[in-house]
Amino acid sequence: MAAAASSSVPTPTHFVLRLISRKTVLVGLLALLTIAVVAILAPVLAPYAPNKLSVVNRLKPPGATFWFGTDEFGRDVFSRTIYAGRLSLLVGASVVTFAAIFGVALGLIAGFFKRLDTPIARIIDAMMAFPDILLAIALVAALGPSLLTVIIALGIVYTPRLARIVRASTLVIRELPYVEAARALGVPTWRIMTRHVLRNLVSPILVQATFIFAYAMLAEAGLSFLGLGVSPEIPTWGTMIAAGRQYIGQADWMTLFPGIAIIVSVLSLQMVGDGFRDLLDPRLRKDL
Amino acid sequence: MSRYVFQRLLGMLVVMFVVVTIVFIIVRIAPGDPAAVMLGPDATAQDVSALRTRLGLDSPIIVQYGIFFGQLLQGDLGESIFLNRPVLTALADRAEPTFFLTLFSILIAALIAIPVGIMSAYWRGSLFDQGATTLAMLAASIPSFWLGLILIQILAVRWGVFPVSGYGGPGASLMTRLSHLVLPAISLGVVSSALILRFTRASMLDVLNDDYVRTARSKGMSEFRVIMKHAFKNALIPVLTVIGITAALLVSGAVVTETVFGLPGVGSLVVSAVLRRDYPVIQGALLIIAALYVLINFLIDMLYLLVDPRVRY
Repeated sequence: MAAAASSSVPTPTHFVLRLISRKTVLVGLLALLTIAVVAILAPVLAPYAPNKLSVVNRLKPPGATFWFGTDEFGRDVFSRTIYAGRLSLLVGASVVTFAAIFGVALGLIAGFFKRLDTPIARIIDAMMAFPDILLAIALVAALGPSLLTVIIALGIVYTPRLARIVRASTLVIRELPYVEAARALGVPTWRIMTRHVLRNLVSPILVQATFIFAYAMLAEAGLSFLGLGVSPEIPTWGTMIAAGRQYIGQADWMTLFPGIAIIVSVLSLQMVGDGFRDLLDPRLRKDL
Repeated sequence: MSRYVFQRLLGMLVVMFVVVTIVFIIVRIAPGDPAAVMLGPDATAQDVSALRTRLGLDSPIIVQYGIFFGQLLQGDLGESIFLNRPVLTALADRAEPTFFLTLFSILIAALIAIPVGIMSAYWRGSLFDQGATTLAMLAASIPSFWLGLILIQILAVRWGVFPVSGYGGPGASLMTRLSHLVLPAISLGVVSSALILRFTRASMLDVLNDDYVRTARSKGMSEFRVIMKHAFKNALIPVLTVIGITAALLVSGAVVTETVFGLPGVGSLVVSAVLRRDYPVIQGALLIIAALYVLINFLIDMLYLLVDPRVRY
């Protein structure tokens, strides 16, 4: 059993090759890469400045001049959509980083130190009793709406998800013979935690981080749509949809394109996350 | 078994205690004086001071916590600053649209996800399976508020089949009120169906190759009966679990969807409370929804004991 388990653990190169050999993962990765490159190169690729007003061009439908049409102020929806991608990706990446730092630390501490396990586990359980967006709304309400508070609020919301997974895996790994051997050899605890335990948790953390990235982008869009995220003047996919809501009957392109941008991004992240999970959790594989 | 139920009940109470503490802290981490924030920049010093006294904010923090906890034990969630009425009454008045919205959404999600999930598992690897799993992934990627807006544009504005928004106004009949929930329920249900579909498929895959399914087939039973009576019945528990959890999560989805459709439910009450900094309403809604989630999880665990004879503690 142990031999079988160890033989199924792929090396990083092997893992990456197996991962990109899956069509959906490859498509997801390529889509993500394209979105990231387009967002980063937005100042070069955007045909117009995202905040350039043009009263004569207000509410123009999609066409050769304005590919995605224009909004109520005559601003180019295509330029705003690709600029908005920068902020949405920034929020997603920042939330994942926040949740990874605190979630991994909390999970490792809870899983490794028995005395701290119960209080941390109860806090994790309690935090997970709040629906994501509702807790984020309450935190933003308390901290005041801004880009930073949205990142902090969503980071706090998603930290327990990672902490729970890291804690559960640490509880198992802690009892494995090689950890016991390291202890017997007098290896310091922090070194066991980082070198022996954390290293074996990279894969589940990666899977969860991919999904958190996707959920954070959806949640940010929801918060911005409600007017509780970043300022409405800043183009994010959520603020663009919120602005388009007023004109849904006469200019549905204002809502359509930022929505499609969210869907493509979240779908790509899910495809990649699913690929990770399929490789790591054979019970959920699609080809079973 | 009663020992397990007792332990689970105790665990639930501990989690609720932590939930209450977190809610208490969230409102107090607001920078500055919460009373001043709630009343806005035009409030006089006397108004702020009066509100501080009314909310008990001039007592030491530990005393405030004690009072907050004591009031909760008596079922008192405080009073809304802007509505001038008890939070519990305000929430109860808004519960109907949210309850029906959640119920219809979960029904739509289950009606889509369970049959498709079963067929997807039965024909695993087929074009149908690949299409269904891809569509499920797509559904999970759609923001429900965006789908709501698209549905409004097509089915309400263009075709005029359903009302655009609202809940029919005061005195509207039950049918009128329910007709206002069709589009919001579709937009929430479609998005939520992805998770249920995934669990149904995985759960069916687990049981389809089991011995009792093979035995049922070898007895000459019709394939439909084998799938529904033998396989699906045994795959039902994880599906019920995920439906329960989805129902709890839908309350959160309702926050945004109710705003899109102008439904006067708990979600839109929370959003307006946040915009007005009406902290008692925010903390009341957080507590009630978290308590519902904890309770649903507890009931699901108890359901395991009742429906699955293999689960014994």
